[in-house]
Amino acid sequence: MAAMTPHDKNPGGRSPAVAVRGLVKHFGATRALDGVDLEVREGTVLGVLGPNGAGKTTLVRCLSTLLVPDAGTAVVAGYDVVRQPRQLRRTIGLTGQYASVDEKLSGWENLYMIGRLLDLPRPAARRRADEMLEHFSLTDAARRPVTQYSGGMRRRLDLAASMIGRPSVLYLDEPTTGLDPRTRNEVWDEIRRMVAEGMTVLLTTQYMEEAEQLADELTVIDRGKVIANGGVNELKARVGGRTLRIRPSDPARLPEMARAVRESGLDGIAGAAADPEKGVLQVPILADVQLTAVVGLLASHGFGIADIGTHLPSLDEVFLAITGEKATASGAFAEEAVA
Amino acid sequence: MSTTVQARTSAQDAPERRQVRPAGEGRIGPRAHLRHIGALVRRNVLQLKQDPQSMVDALLMPIVFALLFVYVFGGAISGKDNRDAYVNYVVPGLMAMMGLSIAMAVGVGVNEDFKKGVMDRFRSMPISRSSVLIAKIVVEIGRMAVAMVILLGMGFLLGMEVRTSVLELLAAMGLSLLFGASLMWIFILLGLTVQSPQAVQGMAMLVLLPLQFGSSIFAPTNTMPDWLRTFTEYNPLSNLADAARALVNGGELASSVWWTLGWAVAITVVTAPLAVGRFRRKT
Repeated sequence: MAAMTPHDKNPGGRSPAVAVRGLVKHFGATRALDGVDLEVREGTVLGVLGPNGAGKTTLVRCLSTLLVPDAGTAVVAGYDVVRQPRQLRRTIGLTGQYASVDEKLSGWENLYMIGRLLDLPRPAARRRADEMLEHFSLTDAARRPVTQYSGGMRRRLDLAASMIGRPSVLYLDEPTTGLDPRTRNEVWDEIRRMVAEGMTVLLTTQYMEEAEQLADELTVIDRGKVIANGGVNELKARVGGRTLRIRPSDPARLPEMARAVRESGLDGIAGAAADPEKGVLQVPILADVQLTAVVGLLASHGFGIADIGTHLPSLDEVFLAITGEKATASGAFAEEAVA
Repeated sequence: MSTTVQARTSAQDAPERRQVRPAGEGRIGPRAHLRHIGALVRRNVLQLKQDPQSMVDALLMPIVFALLFVYVFGGAISGKDNRDAYVNYVVPGLMAMMGLSIAMAVGVGVNEDFKKGVMDRFRSMPISRSSVLIAKIVVEIGRMAVAMVILLGMGFLLGMEVRTSVLELLAAMGLSLLFGASLMWIFILLGLTVQSPQAVQGMAMLVLLPLQFGSSIFAPTNTMPDWLRTFTEYNPLSNLADAARALVNGGELASSVWWTLGWAVAITVVTAPLAVGRFRRKT
């Protein structure tokens, strides 16, 4: 029971809750994990960002004792995944890409079963099931079989199931893949609440937006290797952050607008490009401050704005930026990178 | 147990606290194991309730088989006026067959279970992995018992009579259940080995049909050609059918009962560890 202490927080934040060194996992000839290093500080959220097949799920499966790594070490909450799997299983919660609940059972029965499997006495398991259903707004659906649940309800039940044992480290493997935007926001809200309660989270995702919404730090992986890591803002700065898209009221003034922004000398604005084809002005920005500054500048110059929006770099763009950066460092594509 | 340890430690000495945890912590005791099996048995029973179809199979199959064999083959095998004698011959034999069909369903069920995310959850939880299989077997033995009671009820309706005593009738049921349980391990192993539930079914049928019909379940073996009679004599299903018949109708039973028990133990000893090992390794 002791291992289930909910807020096992270390205010110093010095010791990582998850420490992975040189993790390797083969499937036949393919190296699903090819020497992965990463760390998650206690009480923080690490986003593991990567495309399909990058090795995200293999990583989560290794860290939750479902797979035994071929090489390297991984220590979670002080337990080695290979040598102390039984202890480790008491301290982790897992929410997979596909809802890992029993579809033929009701939501309540699922949670009660998990409580019993985690050695809660019957009354405590009952109470905990009620509590979690309440917490995840599933009380009305408690007695319905999971087959009748919507996609969002299933994910919420899955999160609730992971929380029954009050884990100190939670793995979320693509928690919102396949959900519509509204449901996705619901799930995000739940995750934020859990993080606010002091949970350490390792989150895998394909979406830059999701990582930005939830993660404190990011690790980008591709083909089983870590290709970049750092704070969300740090990484965003490297890939250019958001792009501001402004549509002028008078399309003819587009070039003029671009020149005004470029020559403004505003802090953090590196450039502005007119895209005549789409009829918009594109300005890479790092934060909201620049958005306000650009709009203010255009207003003071008397430009009319018909439409305005920001656009996050897609995963493709992030990858392009990171791999392009490497090329720049080696000097090969320096000119293209500048252009 | 280590609550006190955690309560005492402050944030600064967190690393030491981790090293302090005893190596044996996390081991699953027998009582916890029983509790886990109980929770999983409940799960399997609820699944049956949610899917009445699967129970209907177990309930209808014995009725249909009893009627079919008694009325279609009964007259031909035992003579038109001797149908009652055939009831007493075939119903104990059908008990053996019941075990076989339900054991096959276990293999299909295990295979389907593995395709679902919930198995990942079980495997990432601090429970013994065998408890998932044991719970399944417990529930299926219950299903087998229900099917057998219905079969016997049908048999009595068709004129079967117990020529020994209730005790021996219960012994016949027990023996059939025991043998059926040992068969489940074979099908669990099969279910964990092949790709799809359909493949489990296909391969199982390939083995089942010759075993079922090449036995003394449905007809006495004395009219069979020598090679087939030899096969039926070594067929464990014949042993079980003969043992069940002897228990219900009286007669020499020692050898067939011992053979059946021997088979049940041998099958379990060989296949259960293989199945559990396979279950552990499966990813």
